[in-house]
Amino acid sequence: MNRKIISFAVSGLVLIVIGLSCKKSISDRTASAPALNPSNQDLGAGNWRTVLLSRPDTFAVAAPAATNTPGYLADLNEIKGYQKNLSSGDQERIQYWNAGGVLRWNEIMRGLVAKYNLPPYQNPDGTYPIPSSANPFAYPLFPFANPPYAARAYAYVSAAQYDALVACWHYKQLYNRPRPYAVDSTIQVKGVKTTLPSYPSEAAVLAGVTAEMMKLLFPDEIANIQQLAQQQELAAIESGAAARSDISAGEALGRQVAQQFIARGRTDRAGAAVGNPAIWAGFVTQTQATGQIPWSSLELPARPPMLPLFGKVLPFLFDTNTVVTLRPGPPPSTSSDEMKSQTQQVYNYVKNPSRDNMGVVQYWADGVGTYTPSGHWDDIAAEDFIPRNFSEVRWARNMALLNMALMDAGIVCWNTKYFYFNPRPTQMNPAIKTLTGIPNFPSYISGHSTFSGAAATILGHLIPERAGVYNTLAQQASMSRVIGGIHYPIDCSTGLVVGQNVGNYAIQRATSDGAEQ
Amino acid sequence: MRKLTIILRNIPLLMALCLISPAIIRAQTDMDAIMMTKNNLCVGPMFGHSSWKNYWEGTFKRNNQNLGTVSTNMYGLMGVYGVTTKLNVLFNLPYVTTNASQGTLHGQKGLQDFSLWIKWMPLEKQLGNGLFSIYTLGGFSVPMTNYIADYLPLSIGLQSKTLSGRLMVDYQLGNLFATASGTYTYRSNITVDETSYYTSGEHITSDVNMPDMAMLNIRAGYRSERLIAEAVFTKMNTLGGTDIRKNGMPFPSNKMNSSMLGVNGKYNIKAVAGLSLTGGAYYTLAGRNVGQATGYDLAVFYILDFTRKAKNPTGHSSKQSSKK
Repeated sequence: MNRKIISFAVSGLVLIVIGLSCKKSISDRTASAPALNPSNQDLGAGNWRTVLLSRPDTFAVAAPAATNTPGYLADLNEIKGYQKNLSSGDQERIQYWNAGGVLRWNEIMRGLVAKYNLPPYQNPDGTYPIPSSANPFAYPLFPFANPPYAARAYAYVSAAQYDALVACWHYKQLYNRPRPYAVDSTIQVKGVKTTLPSYPSEAAVLAGVTAEMMKLLFPDEIANIQQLAQQQELAAIESGAAARSDISAGEALGRQVAQQFIARGRTDRAGAAVGNPAIWAGFVTQTQATGQIPWSSLELPARPPMLPLFGKVLPFLFDTNTVVTLRPGPPPSTSSDEMKSQTQQVYNYVKNPSRDNMGVVQYWADGVGTYTPSGHWDDIAAEDFIPRNFSEVRWARNMALLNMALMDAGIVCWNTKYFYFNPRPTQMNPAIKTLTGIPNFPSYISGHSTFSGAAATILGHLIPERAGVYNTLAQQASMSRVIGGIHYPIDCSTGLVVGQNVGNYAIQRATSDGAEQ
Repeated sequence: MRKLTIILRNIPLLMALCLISPAIIRAQTDMDAIMMTKNNLCVGPMFGHSSWKNYWEGTFKRNNQNLGTVSTNMYGLMGVYGVTTKLNVLFNLPYVTTNASQGTLHGQKGLQDFSLWIKWMPLEKQLGNGLFSIYTLGGFSVPMTNYIADYLPLSIGLQSKTLSGRLMVDYQLGNLFATASGTYTYRSNITVDETSYYTSGEHITSDVNMPDMAMLNIRAGYRSERLIAEAVFTKMNTLGGTDIRKNGMPFPSNKMNSSMLGVNGKYNIKAVAGLSLTGGAYYTLAGRNVGQATGYDLAVFYILDFTRKAKNPTGHSSKQSSKK
């Protein structure tokens, strides 16, 4: 009797084990985001102020063929052919892209940044190899998508997408071609029916402009991105939202617009941001000359500082002279009592960390192998944008404002870091053990704080009812670096203010770009 | 009591992996072929230490000056109770501390995962000149505290709840024995503090899919009433999971595999009936996304007899007694 009970118990346990093992799937929060259903199509967006394009029609898009021509009827037949045999995979891709191209490309970008955000492994002699855009597939892979690189990459892609969609909207209004399902009622609407003109396709504009930008930013990924771009275009056709001719015109327009951004990117001084041994040594001697303790790498073997000349990169929202005016005054002297006090505060925070503090530090760590602080703010923004029913062009505009602010915040922050070349708390007191990796660049001012101040400021303008939340998040992101042991309080409080100042430039642009009238 | 010896032997495993380590393993407390006598409770404190300097980043073996030597200490309370001579219950409650000798990362400490096993011997029969027996075990483990999991290699555990099933066979000929067991461990998903993370692709969620694990354990040696001495080989595989990328960070759902060789011993002290000492040491032969740990463990156990009339206070092993 006893034995029977036991054998039941044991076999029951085995069954539970087997049963539970089948129920472990996880899914992304945005996996089933609803199809874009704009409350306002922003039909006048062709007149919005562009970032680089001098005019929305800088690149000509030929007038489309009439919807009763044989060429267009062939386009319709192509759609009908797809719609006869949509696989579940096709349906999933349609549903995926229907949520919005700007959203999906931003998510893909975040994944690329996380994939490439790996510091190169050292050489046998203790030096470090530097990724080369001329040989991107050799180790170390190009790029090392560290926080400044990532901020710039997000900004270029977002700004290029925005300009391309403004041009797209210009031609949509100009040519006013109806959607395939509006021309032929036998074509099904796989998604949300819209009155937004079809030509050129906004999906293809995004596919084209983004795929083209990857040639500059993630050259190892051109092939993968090309496949995704084709999937986006095919999904638009299969959903009945675009004809082949809408797609062709859109992709060509997107790629042309991207060329302007690529040309800018090749001359924005980012390529020289790594510096060289003479420049790295120069920071040390210059700092010593002012009587201050210079920053030194806490990595072993010592690693050259991250992108020391990124502070000279050309910003989007203001000019290079303004970068200097946005740079804050100096941190406390490394020999001052104030610096001792700042260091002691960090030590006290991190000596016996609470689980809550560890969680906050980890939530905002955004370190090696992640999408970086800029990606984190894009993540926050994207999930807030989803329920707000923006048009695709407004999504692009808001993401561009956010990411230009983040990149420019990075520029001012890096400019400040290498102007003062201030040591990290652990360099001042080795007893400070940190709750996350110490970033390999000077302390003053905090990158997280500068990024977050800028992001919260522009997001609070774009979604005023969330301004308080963004401000709280920025404060938390900022503080996470102090309780994590990697920044002095003054790095963070100053960084937040500098970030807010940068964010105000983004607000200035937002209030004058024509999208808020 | 012997069982405890063996219990300990798994600890090495637990600890080895501890660094970049599956806490689960710790749940696997009993892999020996010994049963406690009915109504006897064998209980005692254990201490385990493990450390590594080299680790495998995927399949790439390296060291890291920013970690130096990573060490883990475990202080546990372990016990086995004989519900009947054929049905035992085992438990383990460990407190774990971690430390890196170099670099700046803050060590961790805390109560880790409580584990409980039920062990049943459905068959024991004479085979040839020896004694053949079969055991089935089921166990679970649950985190006792909200320690941080995604802080490898210094987190004290992985936060996953586990359920395990194990089949074990044993053959004893005179004082020589061999035991083999296979274990399947189901691991629940975990939630990390960050809002998105990258494994082999970006995940826009805090939920982490934890792949299950399988383990093979083979042990052989000398076994008598007074002394046990054995060699142990353990191979543990994660059934899925991703590699740490080159110069990247470890993550709880990594594919953590390990092959380890060790020795264990247990001695029943003559002077005090029911008191025994156990100890073991082990070395990691090969691995993937784990530290190449070496370690040792020590424990003291005492048997409390809850039967009204204790016929044989030292006769804690049914196998032992039946053999006699």
